Amino acid sequence: MAGELPFEQPLLELKNKIEELRRFGADKQMDFSDEIARLEQRHEQLAAELYSNMSTAEKMQLARHPQRPTTSDYIQLIFTDFIELHGDRLYGDDLAIIGGLARLNGVPVTVVGHQKGKDTKDNIARHFGMPHPDGFRKGLRLMKQANKFKRPIITFIDTPGAYPGGAAEERGQGEAIARNLMEMASFGVPILCVVIGEGGSGGALALGVGNRVFMLENSIYSVSSPEAASSILYKDATRSKEAAEAMKITSEHIKALGVVDEIIPEPRGGAHRDVQTQAEAIKQMLTKHLQELSTLSEKELIEDRYNKFRQIGRFTIQEGNHNHA
Amino acid sequence: MQFKDLFQKKRKYATVPTTERTVNRGGDGGEILPEEKPRREIPEGLMNKCPKCGTIQFTKELDKNLKVCTACGYHFKLSAVERIQMMMDEGRFFEYDSEMMSEDPLEFPDYVGKYRKAVEATGMNDAVITGEGTIGGFPVVVAVMSFDFMGGSLGSVVGEKVTLAVEYAIQKNYPLIIFSTSGGARMQESILSLMQMAKTSAALAQLNEQGGLFISVITDPTFGGVTASYAMLGDYIIAEPGAAFGFTGRRVIEQTIRQKLPDTFQTAEFNLQHGQVDMVVQRKEMKSTLTRLLDLHVVKGDLAHGR
Repeated sequence: MAGELPFEQPLLELKNKIEELRRFGADKQMDFSDEIARLEQRHEQLAAELYSNMSTAEKMQLARHPQRPTTSDYIQLIFTDFIELHGDRLYGDDLAIIGGLARLNGVPVTVVGHQKGKDTKDNIARHFGMPHPDGFRKGLRLMKQANKFKRPIITFIDTPGAYPGGAAEERGQGEAIARNLMEMASFGVPILCVVIGEGGSGGALALGVGNRVFMLENSIYSVSSPEAASSILYKDATRSKEAAEAMKITSEHIKALGVVDEIIPEPRGGAHRDVQTQAEAIKQMLTKHLQELSTLSEKELIEDRYNKFRQIGRFTIQEGNHNHA
Repeated sequence: MQFKDLFQKKRKYATVPTTERTVNRGGDGGEILPEEKPRREIPEGLMNKCPKCGTIQFTKELDKNLKVCTACGYHFKLSAVERIQMMMDEGRFFEYDSEMMSEDPLEFPDYVGKYRKAVEATGMNDAVITGEGTIGGFPVVVAVMSFDFMGGSLGSVVGEKVTLAVEYAIQKNYPLIIFSTSGGARMQESILSLMQMAKTSAALAQLNEQGGLFISVITDPTFGGVTASYAMLGDYIIAEPGAAFGFTGRRVIEQTIRQKLPDTFQTAEFNLQHGQVDMVVQRKEMKSTLTRLLDLHVVKGDLAHGR
């Protein structure tokens, strides 16, 4: 498979060696099966080692892998009857966010997600998955529709962040994100969110106020992209690995901090190695939690979501340390 | 008897001290706040230079003019304490949750040191002061941010205090006023900072549901996570003249997409033109504007809270 990352090179070399030996054996009609078995065992060991000890930077590469499955891949594999809907009815149709109606196990739902491009041209059209206000407002329009028709909402999060541009600011980037946060908090339907790749900043959170929030094992979630954080913290954009490490952006850290409910395991080597299996794992998680939430009333769903976010944060009360009064 | 008279008799307010206090404005190093006698012999505290037009003026004159340049009208940044003194009736204020302090949940390099330094330099425990008092005689819950505390960054403490302030406003049926200034979410608490945006917005959704009044006042500068949560969710949004605000700052936009932006980009006036705020109000008109808005929400002796 193409698209190996630098840290996967040793695996690729071993694999090529095995292939070469196989071809050579077939050509010369010689039996190398012992040698091949030995090498395959080594490959297995090395893979197990490499993928279970990935650094934050390596996981970040997987989360941003050009072949990483996107929202539209998962929509096709998880749902049936998808009907894509377009536009925010205010300004335009931002392709960095897609959404529409679909069925999950036969039940009508609304699906919304960030959409990265499949190639350079597609990525330019979709601004690399970085929404303008129009994208957030399109998402909000679809979610309001879901609320009206009592459909559960499923969101897929995969963006480096909101689009940094003059036009985006003029049209109220901050307001659009803020509005989504407030409105999502008040919908009386179940909301399930899955971080499938990059969860960067407010642009990610604008689709992330759910009763349940999940992360794929190798996805990342942070207050800003590691590059932006690096330039803010160190006034140096090249120290992104350091910033990524410090910000604790991997799924296990985010879960330990109480922000996500469950981690969805990925096939070894990342979601792109086996999209079918990955989609199936996501589907099972969604199905399980949707069933749990289906017993809650509208009011309980809103309370459940409020309580989830209400308790996030760490602070202490230092009695007597009353600085200014 | 009017509702507000009742209120005033019941409440006892602590007074925010007007004793001298060192403030660190936006990281330009410690400047000395206007205070009479002991400071007199220190020349640096006596005069002030306007960062916009360069006019040098007496600190006393500047203070009398609410820290607005007498020559060009530039609005100097205010610390939370200064703003409370200017906005609340007789500068009186009952503070909430003053003992809440940050932790270092991510064990982020240098965070503890930076935080301690900010506490020492400002005398605050984090970047926001919340509490209640009256404006023009109307009881209100207020949250006032301070840029001099780690760039007014939004972390767990700011998120929690603002959320509690919203919840107090809901419980007490008081209007809520938030004065924002912030560089954005606090990097050192990464994901927890990001989630404070959702937490505060969710609380505001409840206030909104109840029919509660929320006035957002945006001051210079306000960016990132604060803009993308409570600052832009006011029923009314007021900005101070010249206040820079937006989501992504101009430097990041220029560096990332190499776009040329107008000089006025993201000023309060630019944002007014683009429909992002209701009005731009001079500091000296702020209190009377807030009072008029509060007054317009009084229905049959009670403040508007849907009842």
